[in-house]
Amino acid sequence: MPTFVRTDKCDGCKGQDKTACMYICPHDLMKLDKDGSETGHAMKAFNQEPEQCWECYSCVKICPQQAIEARHYADIVPLGASVQPLRGTDSIMWTIKFRNGNMKRFKFPIRTTAEGSIEPYAGKPEADISKIGEPGFFNLGGVQKPGDPSELIRK
Amino acid sequence: MAGEFGNPEVVEEEVDILIIGGGMAACGAAYELGPWIKAAGGDITVKLVDKAALDRSGAVAQGLSAINTYLGENDPADYARMVSNDLMGITRDDLAYDLGRHVDDSVHLFEEWGLPIWKQPGDEGKPLVEGGKPVRSGKWQIMINGESYKWIVAEAAKKALGMENIDERIFIVKLVNDKNDPTKIAGAVGFSVREDKVFVYKAKAILLVAGGCVNIFRPRSVGEGTGRAWYPVWNAGSTYAMAAEAGAELTMMENRFVPARFKDGYGPVGAWFLLFKAKATNAFGEVYMETNKELLDDYPPYGQAAVPASCLRNHLMMKEMREGRGPIYMDTPTALAKLAETMTPKEIKHLEAEAWEDFLDMCIGQAGVWAGENIEPEKKPSELMPTEPYLLGSHSGCCGIWVSGPEDVGAPESWHWGYRSMTTVNGLFTAGDGVGASGHKFSSGSHAEGRIAAKAMVKYVMDNKDYKPELEDSVEDLVKEIYKPVMNYLEHKDYTTAIDVNPNYITPKMLQFRLQKIMDEYCAGVATMYQTNEHMLKVCEEKLEMLKEDADKMRAKDLHELLRAWENYHRILTAEAHLKHIQFREETRYPGFYYRMDKNFIDEENWKCFVNSTYDRKTKTWTCKKVEHVDIVDKTKLFK
Ligand SMILES: Cc1cc2nc3c(=O)[nH]c(=O)nc-3n(C[C@H](O)[C@H](O)[C@H](O)COP(=O)(O)OP(=O)(O)OC[C@H]3O[C@@H](n4cnc5c(N)ncnc54)[C@H](O)[C@@H]3O)c2cc1C
Ligand code: SF4
Ligand code: SF4
Repeated sequence: MPTFVRTDKCDGCKGQDKTACMYICPHDLMKLDKDGSETGHAMKAFNQEPEQCWECYSCVKICPQQAIEARHYADIVPLGASVQPLRGTDSIMWTIKFRNGNMKRFKFPIRTTAEGSIEPYAGKPEADISKIGEPGFFNLGGVQKPGDPSELIRK
Repeated sequence: MAGEFGNPEVVEEEVDILIIGGGMAACGAAYELGPWIKAAGGDITVKLVDKAALDRSGAVAQGLSAINTYLGENDPADYARMVSNDLMGITRDDLAYDLGRHVDDSVHLFEEWGLPIWKQPGDEGKPLVEGGKPVRSGKWQIMINGESYKWIVAEAAKKALGMENIDERIFIVKLVNDKNDPTKIAGAVGFSVREDKVFVYKAKAILLVAGGCVNIFRPRSVGEGTGRAWYPVWNAGSTYAMAAEAGAELTMMENRFVPARFKDGYGPVGAWFLLFKAKATNAFGEVYMETNKELLDDYPPYGQAAVPASCLRNHLMMKEMREGRGPIYMDTPTALAKLAETMTPKEIKHLEAEAWEDFLDMCIGQAGVWAGENIEPEKKPSELMPTEPYLLGSHSGCCGIWVSGPEDVGAPESWHWGYRSMTTVNGLFTAGDGVGASGHKFSSGSHAEGRIAAKAMVKYVMDNKDYKPELEDSVEDLVKEIYKPVMNYLEHKDYTTAIDVNPNYITPKMLQFRLQKIMDEYCAGVATMYQTNEHMLKVCEEKLEMLKEDADKMRAKDLHELLRAWENYHRILTAEAHLKHIQFREETRYPGFYYRMDKNFIDEENWKCFVNSTYDRKTKTWTCKKVEHVDIVDKTKLFK
């Protein structure tokens, strides 16, 4: 299901130096056509290698204009269906349209804390440098789960 | 100012610790480093480089619907046993055991950071760390609402490390050994895919965690659907190829993973098996796991465990396919009808939502296939299909790099050499998909393993304070090498009128097609139903030889294509390692993943051992050897 960008919605992320979709695509597929020489649509993004798209939807979810959708892989899937998310700060809504017109909607939570609120070391102890040569993480002092010693048959 | 196409600006940087990759393992390392560096006096510098953006890079980009490794009430020895049996007996118990006793802490952190983890009724809102009981979908797996899994883990990593210490959109091309001591690592080089810049990093210690490898075999779809591999198309074997070139010993590169998934979308089947208790059948409704059960007896003892190894489950399915009783189906109508006898429609609707979430959280493409084909699971079963092979070390696979293990679990002396997670190259560490001969770490285990490696790296840097890395190759030569595909293009592009057809260069796309065709047809891809033999492997070897030569002629017409070109270099070396190992191991250790038809049996007497290999990048040759296998936990318990 390669992604496509709708000409009526994409605003090229308002001419910022990096667009959201280019920033996020793990496979470097989304590209801004600055002067329109590649697509005929200046200052709009496009998927430069649709047959390499994993359909991970990272770009779809991040586009501030909801300009990106997916058209299922043409060599596999009959036309007419769509799967479109709307990702908020604490949940995501999915609308699935079947080829025959049936619809399904789902809403799932995505995180229990506010975005940007993580304080990685808050409330955690300092590392004990005398233990750097031993197993175990800094915050635990030793290993989480020592296990039944009789199981280690060569010890 | 960046340079111009063909004449890049060179950025040189020196740090103590370099992390290559931004996936689960890298994020784990980023987290664990901070406190140890602080405790060590604070003057250790770090840089993390990722070819993509941390928020959505690596295998967890889409999200996941389960954390597959959470021990909870289980003993680490039990975990090591499961890992061993699923990988047909040849794994490093020391590594699996060590992971098992560490992994839960990473899961507790994920929950603290905001990842929603499902709880048993009555325990909603009670964190795992306080004894909240998770919803398990298997003995080791727990269910999550994981759409933002990577986003959350990346946020913690970025905060821990500081964005100023992270470079995104830089593809690392190769590692560089030390000029004065080739057994040491000294740095790595790469390029930006956004501007004409080459990056040269010097480092005392490097964590190489660039994931596993996809697309060395021809995928089942070759049109637009090429992108829909099960494994994320952006992990191109960089970990294995770069480690091999630096001289690190690889292990079990003959291993591969061939997941059986819903056909074409390769969506997860777990929810259907576990929540709905659906069964997989042949076209005639026969449950092949039952009708072909006796095939498991051909592979003692691995077939006799309560849960047979993943490859053997494929093996039972493939018999049906080979003998013409396909398609293979997930029998969803029978399962749903059965549930309707005991459940209310509302309960079933709830289950159905969970099954869709399984797709939407980690394989949205599968939802697309079902929507496009009007699939109503209560009316029509859905096809299952084994995928093309992938190489990875953290999922149900165990290829990777040979690393130093823990010292306190009774492993042979030769399995540890001072720094946990260090490869056989001094200063070069790995984790997650990079660590061979273990497997079944999954997302949580990869994170935990990154943390284990990070701590050892701090120790290594402390112990090697006075070491001043010097690169074996000159910066000028390195830049030339990296930009060679660009030069090939600029030099020859006007020779013909068709930009892609030119006798002086080959496009990365065509080179990739060639690699995939060779591997598919000779090295046990889908074209031969995963079958090969000594003679086919020989042909494969010859064809790869020429492909390797032609790889010097890859062209790059822009930075995006330069990325594709270098991914291919990494794929070719990874593919070659896979081939050499399959050639060397004269048996069929993983029936259902691949068959050496000339040695179509398991030979416990001669081949219950690791196969390790090294690559000499000067002579471009591989050397394979047997390494003794030892159990450190009792395996007989699996078969009682
Ligand atoms: C389809 C699929 C489903 C899965 N389902 C589950 C599940 O349900 N539950 C679970 O717990 N686990 C699951 N896993 C396993 C889990 O995702 C992996 O075990 C884990 O992500 C491995 O971590 P890693 O850091 O080794 O690799 P990754 O997380 O893949 O990270 C690799 C990183 O390296 C970067 N990179 C690659 N090459 C280069 C280069 N040359 N230069 C610079 N950077 C580079 C990538 O951008 C990425 O950041 C699944 C995996 C897959 C593929
Ligand atoms: S993120 Fe959306 S609006 Fe911005 S460039 Fe991409 S498609 Fe256009
Ligand atoms: S769906 Fe994923 S792979 Fe495809 S263009 Fe968007 S971000 Fe890239």
